[in-house]
Amino acid sequence: MARDTAAEPFPFLLREIASGLAQGLFSPKEITAHYRERIDRYDGDLGCFLHVAEVSGDTDTSECAPLHGAPIALKDLLVTSDMPTTCASRILEGYRPPYDATAVKRLREAGACFLGKLNMDEFAMGSSNENSAFHPCRNPWDRDRVPGGSSGGSAAAVAARLVPASLGSDTGGSIRQPASFCGVTGLKPTYGRVSRYGLVAFASSLDQIGPLTIDAADAAFLLEILAGHDPLDSTSASVPVPRFTETLDGEINGTRVGIPKEYFSEGLEEDVRERVEEALRLLEGEGADLVEVSLPHTRYAVPVYYIVAPAEASSNLARFDGVRYGLRKEEETMMESFFSTRGAGFGPEVKRRILLGTYALSSGYYDAYYKTALKVRTLIQRDFLEAFRSVDVIATPTSPTPAFRAGERLDDPIKMYLSDVFTISVNLAGLPAISIPCGFVKRGKALEERKNGDAEEEAMQGGADLPVGLQLIGKPFDEAGILRVADAYQRRTDYHLRVPEAFS
Amino acid sequence: MKVSHSEVRRIANLARLRVEEDEVSRLSEEMSRILEFAETIRELDTEGIEPTTHVIELTDVWREDEPRRGLERARVLENAPHDDGACFVTPRIG
Amino acid sequence: MKTMEAVIGLEVHVQLATRTKIFCSCPNRFGDEPNTNICPTCLGLPGALPVLNRRAVQLAIKAALALEGEIAETMKFDRKNYFYPDLPKGYQISQFDRPLSSGGGITLSNGRRVGLKRIHLEEDAGKLLHTAESLDESRFTRVDLNRAGTPLIEIVTNPDIRTPEEAYEFLKTLKLTLEYCEVSDCNMEEGSLRCDANVSVRPEGSSELGVKIEIKNLNSFKAVQSALRFEIERQKRELRAGRTLVQETRLWDADRKMTRSMRGKEGSEDYRYFPDPDLVSFTVSREVIEEIEREIPELPRLRAARFVEEYGIPETDAGILTSTRALGDFFEEAVRSYPENPKGIANWITAELLREVPAEEMGKREVSPRHLATLVRLIDSRTITGKIAKKIFPEVVREGKDPEKLIEERGLKPISDSAAIEAFCREVIDANPGPVEEYRAGKTATFGWLVGQVMKASKGKADPRSVNEILRRLL
Repeated sequence: MARDTAAEPFPFLLREIASGLAQGLFSPKEITAHYRERIDRYDGDLGCFLHVAEVSGDTDTSECAPLHGAPIALKDLLVTSDMPTTCASRILEGYRPPYDATAVKRLREAGACFLGKLNMDEFAMGSSNENSAFHPCRNPWDRDRVPGGSSGGSAAAVAARLVPASLGSDTGGSIRQPASFCGVTGLKPTYGRVSRYGLVAFASSLDQIGPLTIDAADAAFLLEILAGHDPLDSTSASVPVPRFTETLDGEINGTRVGIPKEYFSEGLEEDVRERVEEALRLLEGEGADLVEVSLPHTRYAVPVYYIVAPAEASSNLARFDGVRYGLRKEEETMMESFFSTRGAGFGPEVKRRILLGTYALSSGYYDAYYKTALKVRTLIQRDFLEAFRSVDVIATPTSPTPAFRAGERLDDPIKMYLSDVFTISVNLAGLPAISIPCGFVKRGKALEERKNGDAEEEAMQGGADLPVGLQLIGKPFDEAGILRVADAYQRRTDYHLRVPEAFS
Repeated sequence: MKVSHSEVRRIANLARLRVEEDEVSRLSEEMSRILEFAETIRELDTEGIEPTTHVIELTDVWREDEPRRGLERARVLENAPHDDGACFVTPRIG
Repeated sequence: MKTMEAVIGLEVHVQLATRTKIFCSCPNRFGDEPNTNICPTCLGLPGALPVLNRRAVQLAIKAALALEGEIAETMKFDRKNYFYPDLPKGYQISQFDRPLSSGGGITLSNGRRVGLKRIHLEEDAGKLLHTAESLDESRFTRVDLNRAGTPLIEIVTNPDIRTPEEAYEFLKTLKLTLEYCEVSDCNMEEGSLRCDANVSVRPEGSSELGVKIEIKNLNSFKAVQSALRFEIERQKRELRAGRTLVQETRLWDADRKMTRSMRGKEGSEDYRYFPDPDLVSFTVSREVIEEIEREIPELPRLRAARFVEEYGIPETDAGILTSTRALGDFFEEAVRSYPENPKGIANWITAELLREVPAEEMGKREVSPRHLATLVRLIDSRTITGKIAKKIFPEVVREGKDPEKLIEERGLKPISDSAAIEAFCREVIDANPGPVEEYRAGKTATFGWLVGQVMKASKGKADPRSVNEILRRLL
């Protein structure tokens, strides 16, 4: 109903919007106004945006291919020269970067029109978007639940069709887990595929920028723009960028899909498992070979991550000292001011991780924690390389549960950390992975406390349909491989096209 | 591994984070729990395993020694909490 | 009590003479307006990343090779984490456990060898300015980040130095070597060479080390020497008085000529070094190292020896002529343009030229080695006298004028026309009958005086050899 009712409705897929703009079916101004209207109408309730851009529509991007002025929004961890960048943190409130991230620059040059900056967990630390210093973001499928995190705003905005596509970042699952919770498509490219220049660093060896879109073909479309070597990022790879969109032919006959048994064990909720298994059977029905594989060090991924990521973060966040930008709490001396500024500017989760990371790097603990973690990281990476000797892609659930209730895991950091149990090892191994919607499960709205595995009882109470995500993991730099399977699946299903009722 | 209160204070001092006295015991408990959880990695035999810092093969990334225009000072100082038009200004050091 | 000896080690930071900073493309330049050579990377803006400057690595390797160090096969960068307002990222990118080079050293003139522990590559911090017109100095500090990200090498010696004089000589030789390689301009006033010293004392002959004191704020080599002298005496005095020393950092106060304890600095910092995940490891192939090695010029000590051998000049002159690379180059170029008299050229440089131009300025001034060579040639060929040469020399130096042209313009061209000289001679003979008589009577010494009179009459322009001949004939 939010569509333009007067004339032809606007298309909602990014590449269709871009081609509509290219053909002059509608103007950048019109399409932008359309989304702006939806944002004005819905976002007060959802809280996806931290900043909505002043879009005049005067800047003519229609000549810029391939986006021709199509609207996109950005996770507020990407620096932008024309919009504030806060990382959802008090310490950067009001900060206006003097430069654009490479990913932002590439989108701009491709003709993107930026609608604004999206909500997230502070400095990308969190799995529920509840760590935003400004306001929480709600899940469009059930507003009592979290959209996932840390790219919660990026996922929820696409799910509610407040934007056709967005950028997020993924350090331990921060694109895929919210994509799964919100029923959208979320791609984390291979480490090094997309330049990190201008992405405010959380954990430099794990961070990667990626698109959140309605379908895999739009993810491929955006990846073509974003990918490629950047001389400003030493860790961006000089490997050729294929035309991802052209490899999507819907054909998966003979594709070998690995099923790691470790990902279908305890902690995985029963109906989530069912949806994932249904998806796998569908792939099998289309000619894919399902092969059981083993990733024996899976259970160490979360512990390794909670040493490596905080260690790097503790150093990456040292620059927020109140000297050059951001918050400063004035004191008699700068040494005092460091303590006050950082004490007041960072939220509890960020502080917790800075302390953890500082501890893991401090003298006497470095070998026991940090160095050992890096060694186990090697073992985790080897597991994948071994498995990929016999399969083309690996399929797993994206998250063991659907979106959980706001507040439910706030008091239990470890439980919160385990939300990412299926996504973290992918970052540790640097692999590409995509989460795509593969069905829905019902969860009660009014239940006080949900007992683990009691999904059926809730279903009987009636309640919300919550999306479930299927994760496809690829070989290094084989985004084409996972996009192809994801696209083939989406050609045969319509889960990704469903919109929460309130927003359709 | 139990992280003592004094250790929390020492670490917070290294990280230049003001931690209020009433937060210390909560932090000590949380950090202890998380580290205990993280310590499961130590049950593995990692003797002789190379640590991984970079997952993809990347070496010898260089830049040539050619100057490029940087940022305008005025634009940079716009974000400074305190400046005098040329420099960032801070309270005296210590 | 036994005699005590000092054990000294030095840590020297040297800025590399690259055009740009080590991890970004901002100009590496001293003396610009504050905060004008800055970019997201050297400002430590959120999201910015470092990319290594190839030239910085090359210069660091060159320095290490010149100091006989062994270059590591693969290298990486680590983060050294600490907070300070001049350190934009809250960490310094440095090298921890795999430095660029290890070993090497410098042999002193007394034959003792000062070994190097390591040389590593790192970035400089910004600068704190403590003075400002508009700000209350006691309350505020200003931060200029132009210097942040300047490439540095840190050279750490073994504790092999025993006296302040050895420390001084080590630093002089180190500076000369680095200047020769054009690795750095080593300008201490501008901070492109900075030095900290570690010193302890112990009973002579002991192999144990005493309590190590670090001295900072050493702004010149003389300051290093004075500070070490003061500190060694202080430590000996303390120990003789039965007091124990504590490991600490002390600042040299050049005005009061003493070191004093740096208060408020907490115990040893925990820098939490770890590999910088924003940078990748790098290798420098044998071929590249050999290529860099070929770029290293002949180093001063060898060059001086060659000057003595090849040109037959005295050792002291050779020492002076190799005290800067530019001066040695000047000498050799002059010799190339007039190979007949290297000794004369050396003499003119050490005795005359260095009076006009300090060795450090050589190469930046107008004076050309060809002109100096011409001057020596003109004297040798008796085209001009030494006196005239000295008279026109300042102009040759200051205005870079060709001596031959100068002589022409000034009408200083010698008179070699024998008729004219004969006229001068007759004039002198007529005017001085007394001395002429004396000469004729056998007092040959008077001849020289008469020659002098002729020269004087010709205003120094007559060729002395012709004067000799003609005067003798006439007499």
